[in-house]
Amino acid sequence: MNASTAAVAASRKEIVVTGFGGQGIILAGQILGKAASLGDHKESTLTQSYGPEARGGACSAQVIISDGSIHYPYVRKPDILACMSQGGFDKYVGTMKDGSILLVDQDLVQPGDKTKDANCFAIPATRMAEELGRKMMANIVMLGFITAVTGAVSVDAARNAVTDSVPKGTEKMNVTAFNKGFDYGEAVLKGRRKKAETGKGIAE
Amino acid sequence: MKPAVLTGEHFITGDVACAEGALAAGCRFFGAYPITPATEIAEHMASRLPGVGGIFIQMEDEIAAMASILGASCAGAKSMTATSGPGFSLMMENLGLGICTETPCVVVNVQRAGPSTGLPTLGAQGDMMQARWGSHGHYEIIALAPASPQEIFHQTIMAFNLSETYRLPVLIMADEVIGHLSERVIIPEASAIKTVSRPRAKGRKDRFKPFQPGPDGVAPMAIAGEGYGIHVTGLTHDEKGYPVMTAEAQAAMVGRITEKITRNLDKIIQLEEYRLDDAEVVIVSYGASARSSLAAVDEAREQGIKAGLLRLVTVWPFPEARIRELAKRAKGFVTVELNLGQVHLEVERCAGGAAPAVLVGHAGGAVITPERIIETIRSAF
Repeated sequence: MNASTAAVAASRKEIVVTGFGGQGIILAGQILGKAASLGDHKESTLTQSYGPEARGGACSAQVIISDGSIHYPYVRKPDILACMSQGGFDKYVGTMKDGSILLVDQDLVQPGDKTKDANCFAIPATRMAEELGRKMMANIVMLGFITAVTGAVSVDAARNAVTDSVPKGTEKMNVTAFNKGFDYGEAVLKGRRKKAETGKGIAE
Repeated sequence: MKPAVLTGEHFITGDVACAEGALAAGCRFFGAYPITPATEIAEHMASRLPGVGGIFIQMEDEIAAMASILGASCAGAKSMTATSGPGFSLMMENLGLGICTETPCVVVNVQRAGPSTGLPTLGAQGDMMQARWGSHGHYEIIALAPASPQEIFHQTIMAFNLSETYRLPVLIMADEVIGHLSERVIIPEASAIKTVSRPRAKGRKDRFKPFQPGPDGVAPMAIAGEGYGIHVTGLTHDEKGYPVMTAEAQAAMVGRITEKITRNLDKIIQLEEYRLDDAEVVIVSYGASARSSLAAVDEAREQGIKAGLLRLVTVWPFPEARIRELAKRAKGFVTVELNLGQVHLEVERCAGGAAPAVLVGHAGGAVITPERIIETIRSAF
């Protein structure tokens, strides 16, 4: 890639959210794309890949967010990879580049060596959703976490897109789930900054 | 209840945008049989049509689905169906009936990889030649290829307008990539959307000839139940609509239903040109493949290759004249499509040896990467 393509790439963020069917992976991608497009007024695309089965199969949502128009809508090397299943992690970990941010549901994904990576962030998203009374909101917890850690979309745009995209009557609890994930992400970032300042480094 | 035209900014899939385009165009009858990756069009029409006074019917199969939209159109409704490869094959016979009886309607094919059941959830563009002449007999067809959710919204309106203007089934040859791609779609105010309705029968009901063309070659249409005594048949017919089993009647009828298209190519064909002014290498593409081609044009230009894109908004009728013109000055053509060479055959034919044409094809199931297009340009020219 030459210099001018790299400059273009700088204003472009490629995101993969992966897990298994039934976890709300595509909805998470949908919310990210909607937040970027309708909230932050950027260009965004969402493509999805899934198998013939309705639930349980591997699936992924690919989101591209850019200041300019997006011609090719598929992710080649993700800037952000969020994994909610071991299978999803195993499939996409090889596509990461230097500086890619990895986010995992720590109870569902063992990222191996990547744990030591400064750009690896873990959250017990499913457990937190269970504590809120609905395991199926794990995707929304993860979405809050992605928003806090990566800044790929603005927090207001993301929160509005959550409200707009979830079933009627569940808006409030989904926003609570989003806030939980967002606060957890901010706390993790704060902790890392503190460690870095006190000279302890970032390795945990 | 939501209005028929959902004015505003949306983040929706191509399938949903197609359904919204149909509603904005005035479609009030949708008959279909669900099939991946076109199911979401039916799903969305099922939820939206009753609220705007329209009818949704899930038919027993695609043969019946195609028949249902012809019947609805004869009864005066703007009608549409949506399907994918296997269903499109089943629709071919009744598509021919629609062409022969000059019945306006819109058929959407969200293409997936075939032959046969193929890859249900993965995209391809393998039905392009089937779109051209998949039904038997000689005829002209109009087929559009959308490259984004925004465009499929507009093209669905355009498809209805063309079908009503020229009285024939119009095909929207989408693909799974565009059908399932979510992007921003801006739906304008209802007053800003231009819709066209078929020329209607006038005058004495006992003397009306349902297939007597007006000055533009298109016959005004009588609606079933209006009192015009009309006969509609798939047999070769005269201006009165009655079967006439002669070579002369055949020549007159086929001549007219083909010429109403071939004499209006300038009004029908739409193209989009990107960085083509000084291009030495002309990429010809459509639908999802055109997006990879756009990225390839930009990347090739950065590498010093003068590439440009001729994007086919209308694939059929084929833009022969434009290809011939470009062939005079281009170093070569590259056709990019998700099949192993269909529209490419037309590019090659129209280039006529004046400029070489190479194919970047793929059997479907994945999209063509911009890198592959650039590699082909580098090695071919």
